[in-house]
Amino acid sequence: MANKTSSSEEKMGMSTKNKILSVFATAWFAVLSFIIVFPLFAGLLASFRPGTELIRKGLSIDLDVSTMTLNNYLYLFSGNADSQKYFMWFKNSLILTFISVVGTLLICYLVAYGLSMYEYPLKNFLFFLVIATMMVPFEILILPLYKEMISLKLIDTTAGVVLPGLCGASTIFFFRQYMTGLPKELLDAGRIDGATEYGICFKIMMPITKPAFAAMSILCAMGAWNNVLWPMLVYRSADKFTLPIGLNTLLTPYGNNYDVLIAGSMFGIIPVFVVFLCFQKYFIEGMTAGAVKG
Amino acid sequence: MKIKKFLYSQKVAPYVFVLPFILSFLLFWIYPLCSTVVMSFQDIGPAMTEWVGFKNYQKLLKDTTFHTAIINSFQYMVLTLVLLIPFPMLYAVLIDSRLVKAKGFWKACLYVPALTSVVISGTLFRLMFSEYQTGQLNVITSALGLGTFKWLKVKATGLFALVLVCCWRWTGVNMLYFISGLKSIDTALYESADIDGASATQKLRYITIPLLKPTIIYVLTISIYAGLSMFMESYMLWAGPDSPNNIGLTIVGYLYKRGITKNDLGYGSAIGLVLLAIALVINIVQLILNGTFKKEER
Repeated sequence: MANKTSSSEEKMGMSTKNKILSVFATAWFAVLSFIIVFPLFAGLLASFRPGTELIRKGLSIDLDVSTMTLNNYLYLFSGNADSQKYFMWFKNSLILTFISVVGTLLICYLVAYGLSMYEYPLKNFLFFLVIATMMVPFEILILPLYKEMISLKLIDTTAGVVLPGLCGASTIFFFRQYMTGLPKELLDAGRIDGATEYGICFKIMMPITKPAFAAMSILCAMGAWNNVLWPMLVYRSADKFTLPIGLNTLLTPYGNNYDVLIAGSMFGIIPVFVVFLCFQKYFIEGMTAGAVKG
Repeated sequence: MKIKKFLYSQKVAPYVFVLPFILSFLLFWIYPLCSTVVMSFQDIGPAMTEWVGFKNYQKLLKDTTFHTAIINSFQYMVLTLVLLIPFPMLYAVLIDSRLVKAKGFWKACLYVPALTSVVISGTLFRLMFSEYQTGQLNVITSALGLGTFKWLKVKATGLFALVLVCCWRWTGVNMLYFISGLKSIDTALYESADIDGASATQKLRYITIPLLKPTIIYVLTISIYAGLSMFMESYMLWAGPDSPNNIGLTIVGYLYKRGITKNDLGYGSAIGLVLLAIALVINIVQLILNGTFKKEER
């Protein structure tokens, strides 16, 4: 496990022992990646076969191309009742994701701005509270929040789904980390030029925080797109269901709708997948921000 | 005019900026937390609410289903810690070394499961763990000569399925955490270790692991929380909160069943608070053992 090869070794090139190690290590990652991609691959293959086969046989790799059809996808795009339902979920998910991302980023940016750009007595205490919210798993709050949403008449509304998550502690934490590294002189320069505190926040600091916005927007979008538990509790009417909730309703023991379930599941991964491939760098940046400093 | 001047002053502006957090903190954190504590001492019926003192907690002590849920969550958490810290760390060290070719591709492959919703991944695994001979896991075990299993009907294999889903989804994510931790280690340390003639194992033991400690503690902390409060994975594998003989029942699963399905908010709240107490105690003990609270180590 040569963690960092020494500079002398570097000049001489890799030794034979290292070459063998290298082949083994690379092969290990190939095997691991294969195992990890396998279930998704199996799902993709299954989406080209009738859903009834999933009920009768379960999911397994079957490479026989002759029995594959595009029927599930044709059905999914046919525009019939099932197809309309699926794309309604899809649309709901898109809208919910958009609202959560815009709301969360804006609010968390402002809060982090207040927690990093000024000096005032309550600052450290407030930041401590942000961290404290991380110490309670969200699952514990679902019952009281559910009750609260009923009394606030926010049950079955998008506001009820989005509001409790707007001030995400980890998002605030990331923005604050990023902004503490920015030059504070910009604020004074802005003040001298006659900008108000809010003008500075939106017109001077926001543009230079763009990389943090990029990293966080992707992470928030992925979280919102895949979120199930809380939306499942808040949304009651079927026409408001998001994609994960909707797909979950298809998972009945009778399996009368497994065609839509499997094809829809595979199609539902595509948006996140495309975003991941385009913005891979930001994904990793945003995700690992908290891990290094602890 | 006066109000505007007040709001625009440099002294007040920061409070305006943090106001959304204060509101959200009070409304969606402090209030529900207090209300769940209060509810845990109540018997909440459809018509009336009655103050019952510690009765909910006393019931929990005798509730064998709850004990099953605690044991399940605990076993799951321990197994995920054992599998999701050392291995991703090893993979991170390998990826960070020069031994592995095509790193970017492997990193992406390992990360892909984290992109999928738990509904989709849960459905895929539920179908792969099918008890029919043709289910993928049974195809593999029969090829290995182990015969077929009724995976989701027996405790041991059910737990295995849950842990497998978890490892599948989080190995790549944890690996990325460790990679970013490794990136923050000063390479000069390795160079001077080379000059002193340190072996690769010594470098790992005396430089990499100690300096990776903040990352390890971070991953450990979030994994303890995630492990103890796991629910959706089990919900998806068994297509609902019920599983045969409660083999897939977790603490949050039981909270859901009592609190949401049976609408017993008092009892559900008590379950949630026991979970919170367990999670906090384990984490504080872990942080003390790791010396996080000692000033000189930071």
